[in-house]
Amino acid sequence: MALVQNGARAESAATRAKPPIRLFRNLMPKIASIPMIFTALVVFVGGTIWTIVYSFTSSGLLPRLDWAGLQQYERLWETRRWIVSIQNLAIYGICSLVLTLLLGFVLAALLDRKIRFEDAFRTIFLYPFALSFIVTGLIWQWILNPEFGIQGIVRGLGWESFNFDPLYNADIVMYGLLIAGLWQGTGLIMCIMLAGLRGIDEDIWKATRIDGIPTWKTYVFVIIPMMRPVFVTSVVLIASGIVKLYDLVVAMTAGGPGIASEVPAKYVMNNMFGGQNMGQGFAASTMMLLSVVIILVPWAYLEFGGRKRG
Amino acid sequence: MADPGILGSTLPAADAVRERLSGPHGPRPKRALSGTNIMLYGTLLIVAMYYLLPLYVMLVTSVKGMPEIRLGNVFSPPMEITFQPWVKAWAEACTGINCDGLSRGFWNSVRILIPSVILSIAIASVNGYALSMWKFRGSELFFTILILGAFIPYQVMLYPIVIMLREAGLYGSLTGLVLVHVVFGMPINTLLFRNYFAAIPSELFKAARVDGAGFWGIYFRIVMPMSLPIFVVALIIQVTGIWNDFLFGVTYISSPERYPMTVQLNNIVNSVQGVKEYNVNMAATLLTGLVPLVIYFASGRLFVRGIAAGAVKG
Repeated sequence: MALVQNGARAESAATRAKPPIRLFRNLMPKIASIPMIFTALVVFVGGTIWTIVYSFTSSGLLPRLDWAGLQQYERLWETRRWIVSIQNLAIYGICSLVLTLLLGFVLAALLDRKIRFEDAFRTIFLYPFALSFIVTGLIWQWILNPEFGIQGIVRGLGWESFNFDPLYNADIVMYGLLIAGLWQGTGLIMCIMLAGLRGIDEDIWKATRIDGIPTWKTYVFVIIPMMRPVFVTSVVLIASGIVKLYDLVVAMTAGGPGIASEVPAKYVMNNMFGGQNMGQGFAASTMMLLSVVIILVPWAYLEFGGRKRG
Repeated sequence: MADPGILGSTLPAADAVRERLSGPHGPRPKRALSGTNIMLYGTLLIVAMYYLLPLYVMLVTSVKGMPEIRLGNVFSPPMEITFQPWVKAWAEACTGINCDGLSRGFWNSVRILIPSVILSIAIASVNGYALSMWKFRGSELFFTILILGAFIPYQVMLYPIVIMLREAGLYGSLTGLVLVHVVFGMPINTLLFRNYFAAIPSELFKAARVDGAGFWGIYFRIVMPMSLPIFVVALIIQVTGIWNDFLFGVTYISSPERYPMTVQLNNIVNSVQGVKEYNVNMAATLLTGLVPLVIYFASGRLFVRGIAAGAVKG
């Protein structure tokens, strides 16, 4: 009996010895995936964990692994520059989100009215998206130049006291950035919205017309609720773009006047590569990560929750 | 934790744009010159003006002389057209001690662009191929991590990558920057290829297997020749994305001589020393924007498809 059991065990051990070979079955795809696995595990996961861990240290000129608890975070939230950065991003973010969605949808709705030259209009609305934030920022810096730009022109027309110098006025500098940001980004959202509108059944329009519902009401009460997934995708796209806001600020204002247009991404860069203040950079970038997680988790929850229930 | 198939569904826009832009839907307008129509086209024309204005301003400013700029405003058309600012921007503008203009940045960008694009497309397409046809244990997990990684702010990973590159002796070099572009271009392009390859009928794959084709055989003889459009889309995403990059260029290149074009452009225009030459600045800006603009106008709908997919990259 015992012998038989032993024999069986030996046999199952032999079959169990096979699994290691599973790793080598179809070896080629695994070898070919090494860059992907490296990127996912080492760069993305490893890098993120590294930064989070070092945000709890007192790293200054160079990263040092000496535990300092929440010291960096306390310092971060006591720094005026960081508070201003957060406020700026909030102003820019809310305005950008609302206006991009609104403009994107309105433009898409206009283009969807069976108009002529639709292709031409779409090409025009979308081309800024091909340009970098640096190029965008530099163009608008020139157009908003108080001497030769919009302010200068209006003054030249005789309205001497006209004031519009967003890049030199700390109170409205974020709106100056917003003008450029909207110019660059609305085309993309318009395209996504347009695709969403094209996905709506022609019969819906016929039905609402038979019922005598005005066009604007159809849009607000029928079409927009139907386009919920498109709006969700757009919000995720816009929001993850807002958190990354950096190049545009560097090109247009370099954070000025003073610190009036600082943003979190720039705070991180300045502390990490300019100020030799590593710990602050790590703590601030961890806060950025946290904000992305706060945006993404409800979205993922909605997506997955919806799938499972449906 | 997350099913990447569902994550992938955040991009219906990519295919939706392609399918649905094919023809106009929506209600039909009644008469050609009704009040609504005038409103409609009026609004569109005004908005189109807002979008076109910066391009016009850039163009006219770059062909004016400085005295003319000081007299007029940004919108006034040029009285005397001069190409001197373009020549100066390309060959003479100074950044720091180097006075050989944007041409230096242009060639740096080209030297970064070509290997980055080739390498990232090669790797991403093989990833997508392995993920869609040669699934193995853990492959979906790695893919999920890769896609989630696309949402992590770059600032979080910047410094760990500095350390990795330094350990490899590549920090500050163009090769290092190329690798960084490959890494950060991987999520979106892998997703793009994976979704495209998933639509290839599995019978084709099985038939090739029966005929004795292996991993690379199927990739080079069947998958690649069938998927030319998606390679073009990936090419467009990568070329515009890498050309427009500023953050990685400024972080991973240590000496100004090797800066890519965007970084050099910013240094030229926003330099605090000397008199501001707005015409040269605008010529330089236009020169830098020219490459993505040409790609945009040449590629038409493929670009729309590419950016709808590439937008996740932000």
